[in-house]
Amino acid sequence: MWEYTDKVKETFLKPKNVGEIKNADAVGEVGSIICGDALKLYLKIDRESGMITDAKFQTFGCASAIASSSALTEMVRGKTLDEALQLTNQDIADYLGGLPDQKMHCSVMGREALETAISAYRGGAVPVKEEGKVICKCFDVTEEKIRKVALENRLTTVDEITNFTKAGGGCGECKANIEIILRDIWPLKLPEKTTKEKKLTNLQKIALIQEVIESQIRPGLQADNGDVELVDVEGNRVVIALRGLCTGCAMSGVTVRAMRDKLRELVADNIEVEVQA
Amino acid sequence: MSITYLDSNATTQTAPEVLEAMRPFLADLYGNPSSMHTFGGQVHRRIEEARSQVARLINADPAEIIFTSCGTESDNTALMTAVETNPRKKHIITTRVEHPAVLNFCHHLGRKGFRITYLPVGGNGEIDPDLLLKSVDDETTLVSVMYANNETGVIFPIEEIAGRLADRGIMFHTDAVQAVGKIPVNVRDTSIDMLSLSGHKIHAPKGIGALYVRKGRRFHSYIIGGHQEHGRRAGTENVASIIGFGKAAELALTTLEEEKTSVSRLRDRLEQGLLASCPDARVNGDTAHRLPNTTNISFEYIEGEAILLRLDEYGICASSGSACSSGSLEPSHVLRAMGIPYTAVHGSIRFSLSRYTTEQEIDRVIGLMPGIVKELRELSPFGRDGVTGPKQK
Repeated sequence: MWEYTDKVKETFLKPKNVGEIKNADAVGEVGSIICGDALKLYLKIDRESGMITDAKFQTFGCASAIASSSALTEMVRGKTLDEALQLTNQDIADYLGGLPDQKMHCSVMGREALETAISAYRGGAVPVKEEGKVICKCFDVTEEKIRKVALENRLTTVDEITNFTKAGGGCGECKANIEIILRDIWPLKLPEKTTKEKKLTNLQKIALIQEVIESQIRPGLQADNGDVELVDVEGNRVVIALRGLCTGCAMSGVTVRAMRDKLRELVADNIEVEVQA
Repeated sequence: MSITYLDSNATTQTAPEVLEAMRPFLADLYGNPSSMHTFGGQVHRRIEEARSQVARLINADPAEIIFTSCGTESDNTALMTAVETNPRKKHIITTRVEHPAVLNFCHHLGRKGFRITYLPVGGNGEIDPDLLLKSVDDETTLVSVMYANNETGVIFPIEEIAGRLADRGIMFHTDAVQAVGKIPVNVRDTSIDMLSLSGHKIHAPKGIGALYVRKGRRFHSYIIGGHQEHGRRAGTENVASIIGFGKAAELALTTLEEEKTSVSRLRDRLEQGLLASCPDARVNGDTAHRLPNTTNISFEYIEGEAILLRLDEYGICASSGSACSSGSLEPSHVLRAMGIPYTAVHGSIRFSLSRYTTEQEIDRVIGLMPGIVKELRELSPFGRDGVTGPKQK
């Protein structure tokens, strides 16, 4: 038996905004009857203000799928499209007082339906299928989706990916591939365990900066025949030198900013990166 | 709120007579049956009585009954003993619809170098004995086929299969956990070598099972230790539960007729009532060869966990083959092996009755179910006129 919160149970037993909107401005349809859950979201949108004036749903699925759908419609009503897009699957789960780990994919499905509906409305056409390589054949989950959900929810284990996307929950053959994707996303440190909370000694800090550059930055640059070299560290000022095709590259500003963000994420919040003249 | 319990294939309520029989062994009669003193020795005698009671239920000799901790242990022991008896033979035949206690143990043996043949089933969950016989080769050491399926209640032609395998040097095991106590099972004049039983499916408590091993068959202990159960299953006996199992077996023998008449009549009433009142509902499995207490019905376009939780609001207990209610993300392996369309698998509900089920309870379910199905269908994007979505896979 699942441990559902009272809010999930209540919402499941008395869901709000059930049904279809005739002449809806946007429709988002995700999942399939084969996978065991599917959600069709209907939005009525005020063209001038971009405000969602009405939202309804139809859901095939378990109690948490129905509750997540109902919660989603409640949450987006009265929001502008941009505001609505700020909602995360965690917001949906939080609205319901939390979901069991194995049921997080229900909240992800809600968030996906919303995105699909809004992009259809903005783009004028429904994207037939999300792009990217299918990793999990049992549940038709793409690499792109696994990456996105992992980053948004800071997921680090294959089991978590299965809970959030169902990928790996069928035959299990793709689990090794999910592991590879996760290692690619979080190659150095698990997100919860970044050392930046800790006070580093100068020596530790320099070593960590060196490690981040070696493992996270240089491989990407080298793939494009560019390179970078650590020259010096003074306090929070990291001095680097561009090498190879990076030298004089029109995009080098972007490269340096990306490097700075990575170092800020993994080493210290106040890192500045300078390029040696 | 009163409970309407229609999940007897999952477990059953302990019969009051069983509880009564057990009580002294949880209180005053705490002696160890292996002890030399009279205080313990009297317990030993009562265990042997229970062994006779269980043996009688399947017409076996008491010496052919080994008490275990559960049906799963009985299944694991049976498979392991076959494997150890013929270490050079490395082929096992089973079916795709076995209980996980057999199926996952076969997967385990498969990883250890055994060749496993998983026999398919037909659309009604039936197996083809000819196909099974064709799968046998010189390497085959064991055939394990369940007596009756836990999800659909479909009964397999076990005596026929065992008979056709006889004298070929192949062990035949059947997981009869769901069949015993619901239909007559008689091992005496068959070629069944091993048969698994479980107490809590026949109104004994949980945590007690038994394995029938035909006299003269080689046997290898699975749990190694003391000399209990004539050296075939070590560990101090679960005395009270063994006594309870014996009593439950004795009761089951006297109520077999009731299963065939009143339990199956109520099951049919439920099934017909639901099929008549709920559109797009279908029965899964061969209704001609089926346990008297089980019906598995698919309510298309809606999901099983949602149905169960709505029923739960009324204190009605059943189970589902849907993915969401299984704890895994995959729906029932039994219904998928039968080729049931996904639209129907996810919305499958198993109702399993017992001799304690009443007509009022059945009528209550028949009364409530159409409303639940209708409400969930209104929520669903599938199956309604003019709504897109796959009607069937």
